[in-house]
Amino acid sequence: MFLAVRELRFAKARFGLMGAVVALIAVLVVLLSGLSSGLVNDGVSGLQRIPATSFAFADGVQHDAAFSRSVVDISAVDSWKAQPRVADAAPFGNALINARSGSGVEIDLALFGVPTDSFLAPPVDEGSRLGAANGIVVSRTAIDAGLRVGDTVTVDRIGTRLTVVGAMADQHTFGHVDVAYLPLPVWQEIKAGVRPGESVPDGTYDEITAVAVRSVDGAEVDLAAGDRAAGTESLTRTESFGASPGYTAETSTLRLIEWFLYAISALVVGAFFTVWTIQRRAEIAVLRAMGAPTGYLLRDGLAQALALLLLAVGAGVAVGTAAGSLVGGGIPFALSAPAIAVAALLLLVLGLAGAAVAIVRIAAVDPLTALGANR
Amino acid sequence: MTDTGLVMRGVTLRFGDGDDTVLALDGVDLTVAPGQFVAVVGPSGAGKSSLLAVAGGLTVPTSGSVTLAGQDMTVPSARARAALRRESVGFVFQSGNLIPALTAVDQIRLPARFGGLGSRARDAVALLDEVGMAQKANRRPHQLSGGERQRVGIARALVNRPRLLLVDEPTAALDRTRSHEVVELLARETKENDVATVMVTHDHDVLRHCTTVYEMIDGRLMPVP
Repeated sequence: MFLAVRELRFAKARFGLMGAVVALIAVLVVLLSGLSSGLVNDGVSGLQRIPATSFAFADGVQHDAAFSRSVVDISAVDSWKAQPRVADAAPFGNALINARSGSGVEIDLALFGVPTDSFLAPPVDEGSRLGAANGIVVSRTAIDAGLRVGDTVTVDRIGTRLTVVGAMADQHTFGHVDVAYLPLPVWQEIKAGVRPGESVPDGTYDEITAVAVRSVDGAEVDLAAGDRAAGTESLTRTESFGASPGYTAETSTLRLIEWFLYAISALVVGAFFTVWTIQRRAEIAVLRAMGAPTGYLLRDGLAQALALLLLAVGAGVAVGTAAGSLVGGGIPFALSAPAIAVAALLLLVLGLAGAAVAIVRIAAVDPLTALGANR
Repeated sequence: MTDTGLVMRGVTLRFGDGDDTVLALDGVDLTVAPGQFVAVVGPSGAGKSSLLAVAGGLTVPTSGSVTLAGQDMTVPSARARAALRRESVGFVFQSGNLIPALTAVDQIRLPARFGGLGSRARDAVALLDEVGMAQKANRRPHQLSGGERQRVGIARALVNRPRLLLVDEPTAALDRTRSHEVVELLARETKENDVATVMVTHDHDVLRHCTTVYEMIDGRLMPVP
């Protein structure tokens, strides 16, 4: 570190510019990671907070649209309850609807129809739990957006009136839309397009979107066996995220951008240290002529790269986190410490790899060139 | 004969292969005892740098033997020769060749950190004082004149108490007065440190400070009376 530290101090401007580039990339990576987490929350927090381990959809359903396309007969629920290591299973209904609040404001809701006495019925933070006919329990984000417990919302076209009876503590969203839990029969009527007062067609109460399955704690349910018995197709809860509208496209786009940034950062660091090492050729030749061990010079070079990366990534993460905390409520944005830590670590490791490729050139410098007319 | 200084016997160095070979050193015999200041003059391309490279263990000769205080300097392992160089050889390069990022005192401290030499290394501040640079210990190379850079370079070469000091065109970038001062300093350090010194130079003006002068022509070394 003796030489490394003094060089950092001596060539402040060059290293500063280099560090600034890495720091800016780190800021961008932190903001992207925040946006990523925000979009994940917006897309699937409603699913993440369901206490189920897997969903059994209709056999052969398209995986990226399972929640909107699947129709399962309610008899599958009993078949799943009978499977080994299944603690509980309950019918689950899903539908995206447009509605209007009492004051005429348009709202979109992701309806989650669940039996009011099942393990799927959500805990509430405000108001009362599911139970009242046509009573809905909504996401905290709907309350933040202006909906109140006691408000009535009217489903567009069919005119079903739903009353907000409670609100959950956290964000529950699905496909960027606030979740509203409601009793399963009411969901089934809305899904079938039954207007208030109309007669309900036969079979309406037999159709659900999926069977939500909860395994015994710590055990793993044999999903294939359950599917064979019930004639369904299961996705684990995590796999089912891909069935949330736009989820896969959004997350893969952001991930692609993030990986490009990691690659760019590694290349920029590699290019910088390549030029830096070439600039120092003459002095490296002198040091090697004086008998400096190659390992000493390599360690010194890598320590220098690491110090620079630590400072730059640290500053970038700090600025990115500060900027992220200023992001307004309208944008899906959530800073997650583990995600930022992973991003910072990747920037460090990949940057160091880029630098290492350049720094190993030290070993190829011929000490003979320190002498005579070779320079 | 001496078993404490530099002894080169029948040293030949050939570059290239087939018909295209260049004989850089042709049967060189040279003995330099501790405290002796040997100068080697000769035209460019005569093999003066090759002589330093072989004497200092930078290059392994094609044939012949090189020993320093009885130590074989022609071992094939580059790592072993690097260890021999840092333990036993001091180099003074053209125009000092200092590290731009380091202050004068740090230039001298650096070689002592290469490993295994900590206790043997001389005190950097005392050495700077010895070469008359104590006042400029915290200057970097670009803030020093050519002669001052060379003085720091000499101090750096001496810090690990070498047995052999190899000096490559020390006055190439200096005017007459500075040249004499630098070579005088080399002569004095050679005596005081009891080190065997070989200096390669174009500068016939400074030869009167040396113990022995050789001339190198086409790879052959001949004494100058």
